[in-house]
Formats: sequence, C-alpha cells, structure tokens
Amino acid sequence: MPTVSVGRDRLFEALGRTYTQEEFEELCFDFGVELDDVTTEKAVIRKEKHLEEEAGEDEEVIYKIEVPANRYDLLCLEGLAQALRIFMGLDEIPKYIVSNIPSESLLKMHVKPETSLIRPYVVCAVLRGVTFDEARYNSFIDLQDRLHQNICRRRTLVAIGTHDLDAIEGPFTYEALPPTDINFVPLKQVKSFRADELMEFYKTDLKLKKFLHIIEKSPVFPVIYDRNRTVLSLPPIINGAHSAISLQTKNVFIECTATDLTKAKIVLNIMVTMFSVYCERKFHVEPVEVVYSDGKSNVLPDLSVFNLEVPLSYITGSIGVSLDLNQVSSLLNKMQLQAERSVSVDGRSIVVSVPPTRSDVLHACDVMEDVAIAYGFNKIPKRKPVSLKPVALNQISDLIRLEIAMNGFTEVLTWILCSYKENFSMLNRKDDKSTAVIIGNPRSTDFEIVRTSLMSGILKTVGHNKDHPKPIKIFEVGDISVLDETKDVGAKNQRQLAALYCGANSGFELIHCLVDRIMEVVGTPFVPIGDDKGYYIRRSNEPEFLPGRQASIVFRGKHIGTFGIVHPEVLSNFDIPDPCSFVELNIESFLWS
Amino acid sequence: MAEDAILGFLEKNEKIADSGKFASNIGIDHNEIVNVIKSLHGFRLVDAEDIKREKWVLTDEGKSYTVAGSPEVQLFLAVPPEGISREELQKKVDPSVYKIGCSQAIKNKWLEMGKAQVSRKVQQVEDQVKDLLLRIQDGEVHAVDQGDIDALKKRKLIALQTWKSYSLTKGPNYAPKRKKVATDLTREHLQRGDWKDLEFKEYNFSAKGQPAEGGHLHPLLKVRKQLQMIFLQMGFEEMPTNNFVESSFWNFDALFQPQQHPARDSHDTFFLQVPSTTKKLPEDYVERVKRVHESGGYGSRGYGYDWKREEANKNLLRTHTTAVSSRMLYLLAQKPFAPKKYFSIDRVFRNEAVDRTHLAEFHQIEGLVCDRGLTLGDLIGVLHDFFSRLGMSKLRFKPAYNPYTEPSMEIFSYHEGFKKWVEIGNSGMFRPEMLLPMGLPEDVRVIAWGLSLERPTMILYGIDNIRDLFGHKVDLSLIKRNPICRLGVD
Repeated sequence: MPTVSVGRDRLFEALGRTYTQEEFEELCFDFGVELDDVTTEKAVIRKEKHLEEEAGEDEEVIYKIEVPANRYDLLCLEGLAQALRIFMGLDEIPKYIVSNIPSESLLKMHVKPETSLIRPYVVCAVLRGVTFDEARYNSFIDLQDRLHQNICRRRTLVAIGTHDLDAIEGPFTYEALPPTDINFVPLKQVKSFRADELMEFYKTDLKLKKFLHIIEKSPVFPVIYDRNRTVLSLPPIINGAHSAISLQTKNVFIECTATDLTKAKIVLNIMVTMFSVYCERKFHVEPVEVVYSDGKSNVLPDLSVFNLEVPLSYITGSIGVSLDLNQVSSLLNKMQLQAERSVSVDGRSIVVSVPPTRSDVLHACDVMEDVAIAYGFNKIPKRKPVSLKPVALNQISDLIRLEIAMNGFTEVLTWILCSYKENFSMLNRKDDKSTAVIIGNPRSTDFEIVRTSLMSGILKTVGHNKDHPKPIKIFEVGDISVLDETKDVGAKNQRQLAALYCGANSGFELIHCLVDRIMEVVGTPFVPIGDDKGYYIRRSNEPEFLPGRQASIVFRGKHIGTFGIVHPEVLSNFDIPDPCSFVELNIESFLWS
Repeated sequence: MAEDAILGFLEKNEKIADSGKFASNIGIDHNEIVNVIKSLHGFRLVDAEDIKREKWVLTDEGKSYTVAGSPEVQLFLAVPPEGISREELQKKVDPSVYKIGCSQAIKNKWLEMGKAQVSRKVQQVEDQVKDLLLRIQDGEVHAVDQGDIDALKKRKLIALQTWKSYSLTKGPNYAPKRKKVATDLTREHLQRGDWKDLEFKEYNFSAKGQPAEGGHLHPLLKVRKQLQMIFLQMGFEEMPTNNFVESSFWNFDALFQPQQHPARDSHDTFFLQVPSTTKKLPEDYVERVKRVHESGGYGSRGYGYDWKREEANKNLLRTHTTAVSSRMLYLLAQKPFAPKKYFSIDRVFRNEAVDRTHLAEFHQIEGLVCDRGLTLGDLIGVLHDFFSRLGMSKLRFKPAYNPYTEPSMEIFSYHEGFKKWVEIGNSGMFRPEMLLPMGLPEDVRVIAWGLSLERPTMILYGIDNIRDLFGHKVDLSLIKRNPICRLGVD
C-alpha cells in the first residue's frame, strides 16, 4: 500500500485542530488509513546518510500515512485533509466545475498521427489563478511522483507534465519525432540537448534512468510543442526548462500523455481536483480541447459525477445492521459520496453520485463498504457462526497419550472394575475407606470395586504377558473414581496417567526420565523443592514401591503422583518375575497451562 | 593375491578348468583359493562349477616310512649278515617296527626267524614300499600298480581322500579387479570419498527389516479417535462423560424408565454400597418427573404407579452414556433454546456374565440431535450419513422397543462379508414424557442413536474374543501390530 508523507502541523492546520498521536491514530484507524511512521525530514536525511546526530527540537514532524492502493485521491495532503474533514462532518462534499469556455477560446492540443507509434494519448487541463507557497508547491510535485509510482506504473501508462502557462502559448501540438530532430533545454539544465544525447546524458541520472527504457528503442520520441515550437516536455522523461513552474506560477497547464486513456483521465482528474482548491475560483478547472488528426476531438477533463443506484437492502443486508435511507445518506456523505433517495421503483434504493475523485467506486459493493466504514466496523453487532467447543480434558489426554507413545511406550486399555484385593492388599495398600467406590451387588470378585489407581490393571497386564520380549514398556491414560462429598452423587472421576517399565533391571531411571518428559511437554520447569512455580521430585514412602527408590511428583505445590521401583512383594502378588518401575499421576492439573 | 590371480587369469583365458591344478601351478594353497572362489562366486564375479575328485594320500604311518624306510627294511638292516638273537634284535628296533617288520620280512622271505636266532635269507633288499609311498606323495599315482595300491591301502599306509575343486568361468559381474563391497554407507566412506568406488553387497529383501522400537496406541482408542473425527466433521459437540458413578434418577427416571423396569434389576445394573445414594437432585424437576411417571401429563397417561424417591436416589455405575445426555438436555432446557448436536464415546457398565462378546464394561458411542421440528426422516438421514462414514451404507431399520424412545429403531447393516443383515445399533426419538418435564419447548425433538465401540473394532481388526481387545489379558504383541484406523478416511 502506498505511503503518503505529510507534515503533521500542516495536516492538523488543515484539519482545524491538533491531535495527540493516539487520537490521530484512532481517526486514521476508523477511516481506514494507517499512521505508519512518525519521523522528521532531517531524520530521513540522517537515515539516508547513516549519520548519528541528535534530533533538534525544531524539526518538523512528518507523518507517514499508509492509504489504500485504489484511493488516488488520498495521495496528497490536500486530498487526505479533505477526506478526513468530510468524514468528521466538518465540510460539505466539494462540487468540481469545468469552466464554461466558448469553444473558440478553448486551449487546443493537436495530436499528430505518429504519436500512435509510441504513446498515443494526451489529455490536458488548466488551473487558473493558483496561489502556491512552498508547501503547496512541494505537495503538487509529490502528488505527481506518487501518481507516477502507483496508477501510472512508473510512467509507462501515464506521464504527467505541469507547466507555467504564462511562459508558453497555445495551441499546442503533441508529436512523435526522430530523437535527432528534437532539441531543447530540459528541466534543471542550462544547455540545450538533442533528444538522443539527452537519453545518453540521463543514463547516469539516478532518478530518470529508470524511465529511459519506455521510449529508448523507439525510432520516434513523443514531444509536446507550443505554437512557437518551444518544447513543453519529452514525455515520459522530462519537461522543458522554459515552462517550468515556480512558486510564482499563477496559471498551470497540465498534460498527461499515456498508453492507457482511462488511466490518463483518472490521473488528470486527480491532479485538477486536488489542486483546484488553491484556484482563484475554488474547484473550477479550465478544459482543454484535444484534437486528433482525423478531426475527432475531446474536451477534458470530465468532472461529471457517476450515478449508481443501490438498493438499501443490499447495503444493510451485507453489513448486518439495520439503517434507514437517511442514515445511509448521511454516512455516505462522510465518505464524500452524495446520496439521494431513488425516485424509481419502491423508493427503497439510493442514488449515489460518485465524484471524479473516487475512481475506486465500481460497484454497489464499494458503496456498501463506505457505509460500513462510516458506520464503524467495530460497532457492527457480531453474528457468530455455529461452532463447537472441545472437551478440554479429553483433548489434553489425547495429546499426552501421543507424547507417551512417542517415547516408546505401548498403550493398554484395562478395566475400570477390579477386585477389592487387587486394588488394596495386593498393592500392599490398606483401605482407609475414604477413597473407593464399592459395588453392592457384584456378580464375581472381579467387579467389587471401581479402581482408585491404574496400577493393578497395568500389573495384571504384565503378569499376563510373561512371554512378551523384554523390556515391556506400557502405559494407560484413563479414569479412576474417588469419593467426593461435594458431588451430587458423592463420587467423581479423575483422569490418571500410568506407565510401567519391566525388564532385566528395574528401569527406574527410565521412568524418572519419562516423568521429566511429561513435565517438559506440558511446559513446566523443574524447580527446587518447595518452589511452586514448576515441578519437583521429593522422596516418598509408599507401600507399593521399594523403599529408597520411590518419589512423589509435586506440581505447582501439589502432590500429583508417585513413581518408583515396584515392591518385590507386589510383583510376587501379581506373579511378575522381573523387576518393574511404575509411575502414576493425575493429569487434570495440566488442564491449565 | 589369490583373487588377483584368478581374476587376472580369467581376463586372458576363458576358463580355469581345475582350481586344484591352478592352485598348484601358481603355488598357492588350494584352501585359500577355494575361499576366494566362494566369495567371488557370491558376488557373481565368477561362475563356479564343482569338480569332485578323489586322491590317494599317505597316512601318518605311511608318511613316517617315507623318511625312515618301511619297517621290514629297517628290521632287515638291523640284522647283521652273521645273524642276531631275537632278544638282541628286539632291543635294537622299535617294538612296532619289530612287529610289522617281522611279518613283512617273513612274507617277503627276507629273514629266517629261528627260535633263538634271526638270520638273513637274502643279502640285499630294496625298499619298494618307501618308493611307492614317495611316488604317491608326489602325485604320481598313475605310476603305481593297482595291486600295490591295494596292498598299501590294506596296510593303512595310504587312504583315499575326496577332494573338491572348481572349474571357473567369468560371471555376470566379472571385472578384472573387484570393487570393495560394502554392507552400509559409513561416515568414513563419506570422509574418505571412496563411496564412489563402493559396490554394495546384495541386500536381502525377502527378509523383513530390523524390528523397530517405538510406542503404540491401543487399537480401540484409535477407532475412538476416528469416530470423534467423524462426529466433529458432522458438527457434533462432545459431552463431558467423566462420571462413572450416577444416580438412578439421571440414569433411569429422567429417561421415563419406570422403576419396575427389568433393566433396573440388580442382575443388570451395578448398584453401589459406597457411595450408596445421591444427595442432591433438582427438586422441582424431580417433582415433574415423579408426576409424569405416576399420572402422566404433557398429553401422556403416565405409568400409574407409586414413584419412590429412594429408588431414584440409589447410586449405580452408569449403564449407558444416555445418563449424561439426560443431564445435558436438562441443562439445555434451562437456557433460551438453541439447537445442539452432541456426542460421546465412553465407558458404561453392565452387571452381566462375561463371555466372548460381553464384558461387564464396554464403550458406548452415542449421538443426539436436539432441534425444533425434527422428523424420523432426519434420524434416518443422520444415521445414513454417520454409518456410511463407517463404511456401512446399506442400512435398514427394524421397529423395536425402548422405554425412553418412541419410535425406536434397531439399525441393521448388510454385511458383505457375512452376506447377512447384522444389528449395529439402536436409535429413536426421545419421548415427550422425557423432554417436556425438563422444560424443553414443545416443538423441540431429540433424535439419538447408540452403539458399542468394541463391536465395529472387532469386525475391523478381525478379533472374535472381546477379551483379546480390551483388558489385562490382551496380548501386547497384538497392540503393537495393529494398523492405522482408516474409519472416516475413505
């Protein structure tokens, strides 16, 4: 997106008040442009020259403002200030007027047929009684540069020439001549060059050399003369020095030569509408007649409005707000679009007058967008599409399951019901009657109790897989139930993770390593004992594990599980001949990262 | 050396007719040549054909005679021309020489063996045995009579040795100089840069690769994951089902399941000793449920029995995930109505005898849609969508009975493998007596279906005993071998 640099103080002066940077950013944001950078002229120069100097107090602050690529009317301070003033309701939409000049008094531009070989179109206009000052003058030059960069595609499509009309005399001719036949003093030079020599001369000119390729290879170069054969310009390269504009220039002749006529007209319109504000008769533009060799002629610029009929329902239906015709009209006015109730059909449409500055408006959707911008995107009521929320605990469980499997463990899925013995005495545990959900009518001892840990299921699996090659590395993520007075039914589920290593040795360090890995994947740091910002391991003394080779896992100050070498008595209870290490922990505390 | 000799010879000659001769010609041990031939043959640089040959070689005894002379000659020489006593002679020679020498010398009529005195019968003898043995040792077997060979063999002085040699021609990979063969590309190869000259040993692709060490997910849970995906793709939201302990109220009463229903029998349901009863229920809703059971309402006659709160308070292990659905629908009814599509896949418990296809616990898959104006057509449509994603597109529906759905439909799918219709699940539209007491608007209907996770998994992985799939008796190798689950993928 193009960026426009404007002096902050001049801009605020044009807007009629000063803003804090935040306020101005807010205004830009709402309107759809962006304050990209705040700098100073000198800072820019320092940056270019890689100088390190302290910024002075008195340097003029420059706002670099990013504008949409299709809004050529925002490429200069004049247009930007006007758009923002209207947006804020400070100004009316200007009416641009093409001065009514009798046909015999019209300035004329005669187009020679040879121009079709290289650059076939030219359009012109005159601004009368312009008052320049240094800032306006610079803005006038900058706008040409930005137009050249953007819509003119680096002068290939359109090139703009501006001249002091009082230094030249119409009628003018637009011709295409062999370079050797063209001689003139170009802008910023004092001696006369032949066009082919000039091209050679500019090959070392940093600014101009990139445009030379547009005509360089052509046998004829486009050139504009006045009636006295004074060269106005050698488009798209350079103007003549003779007609150069200055701060004192009053009457400006603007010519745009082009390979694309539509774009030439847009560029001319932007030039004249932006700077007609400085004319003696504000917003008045004098037309110029372009006469082609076949006798056809055009009087330009065309500053008429383009009328677009837009149904109200299309606008409100697309934005999702309900607005009446008056509201839409006043919103559109803020965006420089005049709107009136349509007289046609049922009167539920508006007729929008698109001014010559708004070449970006092609369709009703562009109008609709402007209504939405003026209404304020951030005031539009939300309408959310139907969407689904996951069960976080199940998602976390699945993610952890994958991680454990990636660590080389094989998943098992064991029963939730087990015998009372398996859950307690076989694990060397005593039932303190405070945890287990007990079934009243079991069919067999296999279903006496809801497991309070995953350990017995895992050990039973090892006991039944004696022939499996060692080491055995298995895990399970599943629910246990524990009594909980706060629940309506008096019990709750708890999501557990258990993993076991069984081999020729206990694999205790491997299980320790798995604990660290689990903590790593849930993003918890290893901290010193007592620190509740992460996790630490503390010696424990649980009956199911071998004393001295077991530890408690403390996560954010809370005991969440234990790991250790399974006690040899427990191994023998489950008929396991090989040493095992085991870890079990509650993963519900990992729900909150 | 040997390899260069073979490959070099074959470069100029068509054939090495006999590796044995070749070996002796170039003065390299034949065994060494044979090793090289085997290796060259393995890489098909040469083609080798076996030649079986037999060869007489000297026994150790025979070899000793080539040096010391035959025992008979030794004995003869020990006898002086004037004769000698036996005792003296025995002292002069080795006992074995004496023994063998005596018998041979007598046989040759060289010596007179008197009782006390031994004397020469002839003045001179030739050691023919030694000469023969030397000839055989030098490979001049052809110069030895068959009779002599037989005699030497009989005396165990020579033995027949079978002896293998090869005839060699160029193989398909013949090269005058063999490239180094490698079994793997190593860091050294890269560092030295000699990987360009490497020839790789033929890899055996008919054997499987080295077994990988890695982790594995459980097959049943892989199927669960795919089913979750299918539900999510159909726009269903998962219900939280992490509560195994449930009250009879939410498990049965809220579903308009009468308190005398056989499913509520202790033969089918695990009731709890601890915690035995539920403490908290939404009282006004309980009142509406009681009324609809006892005397109806909402256009229903009710069941006409005395509804007992104690019965509803009894805790149990949920027999279906529909207990969770009833809680979710009740919560939904407490807010301004918004349509919902819910699913769950989790453990349920039945106090049933365990056999090949039944366990006391299994996983229930449940889906439900709650919206205004739903029809039976919507139910059939959603079932077709769901089951066709499981690869079952040929469905039909059988009228059935279920206390909380009306109509109730059993879902049958045509199994192409079994060539018959198999029941794959249950479905229906929840009864107004269930929905209206919750407070849902009158025009809201709920369609739902359920099936077990185990059954499709068993069919998918070809498992016929449920205990091989789920529980501690599962073979870990089976878990490790199982393939990815493609349900919902194609």
